[in-house]
Amino acid sequence: METDTHVYLFATCVVDLFSPQSGLDAVEVLEALGVTVAFPRDQTCCGQPAYTTGFADDARRVAAAQLDLFPQPWPIVVPSGSCGGMLRHHWPRLFADDPQRLAQAEALAARTVEFCDFVDTRLAASQVADTTPVRLALHTSCTARRELATHLAGRRLLAKLPGVELLEPEHEAECCGFGGTFAIKHPEISAAMTEDKLDALQASGCAQFVSADCGCLLNLNGALERRPTTLRGLHIASFLRSRLATRGAEQRR
Amino acid sequence: MSGDRQPRPQDFKVQSRAALADPALRASFRSAMDFLVDKRAAQFPDIGAYERLRSLGTRIREHALAKLPELLERLEQNLTALGVQVHWAETPSDANRIFLDIAARHGAQAMVKGKSMVSEEIELNREMAAHGIDCVETDMGEYILQLDGDRPSHIIMPAIHKTKADVSRIFAEKIPGSAHTEDVDELIAIGRRALRERFRDAPIGVTGANFLVAETGSLVLVENEGNGRLCTSVPEVHVAITGIEKVIERLEHLPPLYTLLTRSATGQAVTTYLNIVTGPRRAGEKDGPREVHLILLDNGRTQAWRDQRFRATLQCIRCGACMNHCPVYTRVGGLSYGTTYPGPIGAIVSPHLLGLDATRDLPTASSLCGACGEVCPVGIPIPELLMRLRGAARRRPAPERKPLRDEGAARSRAETLVWTAWALLYSRARLYRWFSWWATRLRRLTPAWQGGWTRGRVPLRPAPRSLRELLAQRRR
Ligand code: SF4
Repeated sequence: METDTHVYLFATCVVDLFSPQSGLDAVEVLEALGVTVAFPRDQTCCGQPAYTTGFADDARRVAAAQLDLFPQPWPIVVPSGSCGGMLRHHWPRLFADDPQRLAQAEALAARTVEFCDFVDTRLAASQVADTTPVRLALHTSCTARRELATHLAGRRLLAKLPGVELLEPEHEAECCGFGGTFAIKHPEISAAMTEDKLDALQASGCAQFVSADCGCLLNLNGALERRPTTLRGLHIASFLRSRLATRGAEQRR
Repeated sequence: MSGDRQPRPQDFKVQSRAALADPALRASFRSAMDFLVDKRAAQFPDIGAYERLRSLGTRIREHALAKLPELLERLEQNLTALGVQVHWAETPSDANRIFLDIAARHGAQAMVKGKSMVSEEIELNREMAAHGIDCVETDMGEYILQLDGDRPSHIIMPAIHKTKADVSRIFAEKIPGSAHTEDVDELIAIGRRALRERFRDAPIGVTGANFLVAETGSLVLVENEGNGRLCTSVPEVHVAITGIEKVIERLEHLPPLYTLLTRSATGQAVTTYLNIVTGPRRAGEKDGPREVHLILLDNGRTQAWRDQRFRATLQCIRCGACMNHCPVYTRVGGLSYGTTYPGPIGAIVSPHLLGLDATRDLPTASSLCGACGEVCPVGIPIPELLMRLRGAARRRPAPERKPLRDEGAARSRAETLVWTAWALLYSRARLYRWFSWWATRLRRLTPAWQGGWTRGRVPLRPAPRSLRELLAQRRR
């Protein structure tokens, strides 16, 4: 078991504005693990949307504004896998020709931990309160899978939760069609990928699916709302919170 | 998509939409790609061993590119010493002119051709036909396409978009005297019989080359049907054409690349044929061509080579694995791209061949999922290159660097403005807080139509309160 007492939460833009509950649930899960969560209030975005669209200079400006926000040597927990990959792998590239910022970016990259990864190494079975049987699928964002191997941490984490049966939909490792501005520049191709992903999820027989990436969840849930189904994706932090004995869970009882 | 209207990269959006609307095409591509993906995976059971082989392959290709000018010189010297005539072609029309000269010198009216993507790149068949020369495809897939006036949709499996019924119809229509059948073996037999006659009569055999070995002056040709061997041995003249990037330094560099190629491409441990051509027929030899030519095509490759950010593009060994694993290619098929090379490799190489303007929609047609980069046997960071091409298409060229062809062509004032505003908003914390406060309060005003996003999804709408506000309330 690791013994950090403090962490930073870097929630990123999508969580802040579109999926704040995921961020809140992440905070509660982390607190249930006994760590104090600091949320630097000036944080905004990792810069990924501009970076992947070909506007590296704009991405650099936004990333630079985050560099001073995490002064303590605490882990920086990111509840959105692709943003975690951005911090870990692409921030150092953004500042390749600026030695001072590069050093900062590298130090931050080394402290960046994806949410599932962090929780997985600290969660004890005794903390699980709810063991109702549930059939679940796990969707991992592509960059999180390839840059951080988040799918493995996610699976390990879910395996620790009694009652959870993890299903594997067809083409589980395939992209859900989000891809940032790709979804806007090539909407038909993106939609075709999303529809296939949803077909596979529905065919798997899962009651719910979880993901540690809010971009994918916005995409998949946005398309699911147009389907005659109650199936929805949930941030893995929200699912965890519902299974753990957290402060919020007690309040709700 | 057979017939007169050839697909163009400029029409990628229209073409891909049409392909998406064709459920039969989508289903057949999906199952064909799944088949290739599984076959490849079965060839690399040990991830550690694969990673080692792949990094060896990557190093070999990087090394060859680092010494490209020197290796090309050495290759030319060694080929010339062996009696092979080497020609340099900067553009497709240069290459076609060389073909015409060779044909004229031999009074040739016909050529037989093995599978060669570079010959597609220069549209050899069409150019030769315009000058009264019949250039016949002898790879079965390519032959089917040629009979139908169609184009390849995959660099390894060119006719993957054709069904058995299509082939049966094409053969019955185009091969005189052939009986109608839908039996695959019979169809192949019909095709082979028709091709045999062409091999016997053609004075010139044309092939591509998978690798060129500088130290020995060898042309290496990887194939399964034996048509490549016939093209390089039956006709009096053999003309090989390939890109300048295909050169490797030593013969010992070949086995790892060959292994990576066949396993990644078709999931084969070895192919049926591996042809290594080292010079024309020598005195005392009973067969083989009396004349061998090699045409080395540039066609934009030097542009990719000279810019360190894009050089890795040329590491490609044309295995097609990136296409087989690409969720976009799998759905839109190869013809939608309108380029010789479709899929991820097409999206990174075509901008150098055709310019960033004509190909502006190709680098953006990727979710950057990374499946291509993961399977590329020579470690090309395809997603990185796609991002760089996106940037190059949208940025004014830097004055200190020689620009790429059509650099900045996709730059639009509106898009630039959007990102400038975005950067302003997200780099000023107070401004962002103010913005998010209002965005959450005015969430009911978010438009119901949000461009491409709402095509298949409900509109994006900010939450009632942002996370930062919720956390602030919670602490109170
Ligand atoms: S880019 Fe890589 S995976 Fe794609 S064809 Fe070339 S070598 Fe194969």
